[in-house]
Amino acid sequence: MEPVGLNAYLFVGAVLFVCGIVCMAIKRNGIGVLMGVELVLNGANLNFVAFARYTPLGLDGQVIALFVIVLAAAEAAVALAIALNFYNNHLSIDVDRGSELQG
Amino acid sequence: MDTGTVLRNLLTLAWLLPLAGFVAEIYALQLRWSHRLSKAPAQLAVACIGAGFLCSLSALLYWGSQTGWAGFSPADHGHHASEEHHGDEHADEEMPPADALHPSAPEAGEHAAEGESHGHTPAHAPKFYAGTFYKLATFGPLEITLDWYIDSLTLVMFTMVTFIATCIHLFAMGYMKDELTEEYEDHEVHLPGGHHFTRPGRFHRFFAFLSLFCFAMLGLVLAGNIFQVFIFWELVGVCSFLLIGFYVERHSASTAANKAFIMNRVGDFGFLIGLMILITSLGTFRFFDVTEDHVEKTGLFSLVRGNDGKLDVSDDKSVVQSVVYLRDSQGHRLVDGTTPRSISYLLLIAAGLGVFAGSIGKSAQFPLQTWLPDAMEGPTPVSALVHSATMVAAGVYLAGRFYPMFPPEVLLGIAYIGCITLFVAATIAVVATDIKKVLAYSTISQLGYMMLGIGVGGWAAGLFHLVTHAFFKSLMFLCSGSVIAGCHHVQDMRQMGGLRHKMPLTAYTMLVGVIAIAGLAIPGVGNALFGQALAFSGFHSKDAIVASALAFTELNSNQLHRLLFVVPLVTAGITAFYMFRLWFMTFAGQPRDEHVYEHAHENPAIMTLPLVVLSLLAAGCALGGEQGWLYSLLSYSETVPAVERLASERVASIVLPSHHDVHDVHGMAGGLALFAAFAGTATAYLLYCRKVVDPDDIRRQAGGVYDFLVDKWRFDTLYDVAFVRPCLVIGSWCQGFDQKVLDVVLHASAAITVVVSKWERTFDEGMIDGLVNLVGNSTTNFGRSLRVVQTGRLRQYVMWIAVGVVVLFAALFTALPK
Repeated sequence: MEPVGLNAYLFVGAVLFVCGIVCMAIKRNGIGVLMGVELVLNGANLNFVAFARYTPLGLDGQVIALFVIVLAAAEAAVALAIALNFYNNHLSIDVDRGSELQG
Repeated sequence: MDTGTVLRNLLTLAWLLPLAGFVAEIYALQLRWSHRLSKAPAQLAVACIGAGFLCSLSALLYWGSQTGWAGFSPADHGHHASEEHHGDEHADEEMPPADALHPSAPEAGEHAAEGESHGHTPAHAPKFYAGTFYKLATFGPLEITLDWYIDSLTLVMFTMVTFIATCIHLFAMGYMKDELTEEYEDHEVHLPGGHHFTRPGRFHRFFAFLSLFCFAMLGLVLAGNIFQVFIFWELVGVCSFLLIGFYVERHSASTAANKAFIMNRVGDFGFLIGLMILITSLGTFRFFDVTEDHVEKTGLFSLVRGNDGKLDVSDDKSVVQSVVYLRDSQGHRLVDGTTPRSISYLLLIAAGLGVFAGSIGKSAQFPLQTWLPDAMEGPTPVSALVHSATMVAAGVYLAGRFYPMFPPEVLLGIAYIGCITLFVAATIAVVATDIKKVLAYSTISQLGYMMLGIGVGGWAAGLFHLVTHAFFKSLMFLCSGSVIAGCHHVQDMRQMGGLRHKMPLTAYTMLVGVIAIAGLAIPGVGNALFGQALAFSGFHSKDAIVASALAFTELNSNQLHRLLFVVPLVTAGITAFYMFRLWFMTFAGQPRDEHVYEHAHENPAIMTLPLVVLSLLAAGCALGGEQGWLYSLLSYSETVPAVERLASERVASIVLPSHHDVHDVHGMAGGLALFAAFAGTATAYLLYCRKVVDPDDIRRQAGGVYDFLVDKWRFDTLYDVAFVRPCLVIGSWCQGFDQKVLDVVLHASAAITVVVSKWERTFDEGMIDGLVNLVGNSTTNFGRSLRVVQTGRLRQYVMWIAVGVVVLFAALFTALPK
């Protein structure tokens, strides 16, 4: 069986990225949007790890992936706090209702 | 300490004490050391000047003891001069004795007794001590320094000034006591509504000014260079301005102060020109020589007079080309490279006349004499101080101190100026009726005598008269002040008369002064103590001047110079006449105004005590005449000793008499002067005491002359027409030009500026502001238009991100080459 190449990883990463973008774009539920963000980040992470494996990027790619995971955790914590407060104020987490910051 | 240091310290102390007093007195009220009703400022002033007197007197005595009383010795001055003065007026400590320098004095043959005189005076005793206090500034070769110069003239002046000032301070404590009040009512100042002007008393300020005046005068006398003299000269002028204008609210007083100051300015302008000539031609202001770093810097006196007292004039016949060679203290010509340094003879004359112009102003000589009678507006103690020891004495002192710098032509000018002055002033004094005005004119007249004496070569005679005059004139002024205070500020002699019964002390001390100035004497009782005749001081000094003048006229063939003897002789008679007229009108006869007589009273002891002390000195200070200590002391420091005749043929043919010449004619001159004085006295007695002829008749007979004299020879009118009115006319022209031309130009330019500014405002508001606003508005509008992008809808943003990423990728893949 032919070994799995770089392109396969990039393909899976791109699918995850697009899924995430679509999820963010169509979900009205704030939690859903957050999940979309996670998908986008993980898609990007997959690319980093793949490049680390198959290109001279080496360990740097893996380190960056670890950073992204940590960042994602932090981002999730902040975003969930925003979501809770948003719920307290609006009794809903519909992101379309949160348009007070418009220009 | 050597003699010079001791003298310097004593005199510096005497000089600076009044300054300290001034500072304390002027700030006394502000700093609450004293209050307005306190006499403390006056006591401080008296203490300062009194201590100064003690310092000066001890300096004088110390100098005498150190020089073996050489200057005090009552030697026949003919011998005296030949021994002491034939050589080196610049003998200094480092220099060899005068005799060593001039083993063969050219005039040795003239005096038979020369050999004897070697015994009694030490030839090496320095004639003067000098040095530098402080170097103020150096501008290239020009040094501005504070120097001191002490010779017997300085010492005598110091002692005289401080003593008279002490007496006057004491007198003023009594005279000015009206000022010891919070509300002084000035009866001379009339306000609308019949009120008098009322102000706080200015007792402390009066004494502060007196102290400053003394400080300035002492500084002038101590000064060791001509520039320093000029500084204190101006300070004396300022002080006289302050004191003459003491009653500044009176229009007459402030005008008189201005007049005194401005007329002095005229003279000082000449002084400044003289200074500039000296500094450009001779390069130094110092009187004496100094040695710094083994380089001798020759002073003015040595430069011009060398070491033998003679001008080293070139042999050119033409005046314009002749020059005076500059010499050092050894008498050698100074050379600049190979050419000898010199000053044009005419320039030296110009410098001398310039400096003398300063003296003309200060000493109220013709033609600047008119300020002095007006200066009577000051309080009487001020008049006494100004007229005896300080202000007017400064001019004569300068002429005496600067004597070595005057070529014979300048001396002739001085003599004629003095001659004119003494006659003009004496004639005006004859008709004056204000008691102080008579004294003022007599002061001018006596100053004229001093100038005449200096001008005809009688240097010591002129300064002798300065000192004796200071005593009897301060005495007479204080007496007149006493009369004025006793009569409650009546000054017109026509309201007085018979006052000797009311104020005997004043009357008889005044009589001493009158006899002294008139020059009365009892001839034939002369002996070693009294001199030529038994007389008060004025006789001796006036006698010396008249004798010098007679010797001068006899030596000069020009008949015009006869005037220099005849005029002072006649004036001696006039002097006796008007002085006795004053005394008879004031103190003798019957009271003319009962009211004044009724209220007249003698003054307290603080005012009469100075009179008594001064009268003793006025009578006895010249004891012994020209063999006495005072004359010997003064002639000891004669800088250009008249041991032989000095002839000059440059501009005018002049021969200056020697001491010997003067001595020969002394008896004749003295006899004539005494005759004139007795004639004047007798006339006054007949007219004003015996009333043989009524003076009013004479006045009516000689109406024209009388009016001419009452109008002071119309000098004031002349100056009014010649200077004041043209000034006013030119002033009004200038004012017209100012208003009609300059103001119009100015207003037009202002209007144009306003119009231009309006245009510019429009441009500013339209263009500049518009541009700035345009930028601001467009930025705002652009920002507002961007607002719509911010919808606040999250999903839309995500869409834009996605689209943006796609577009970026598309652009990357299409635009960038592979």
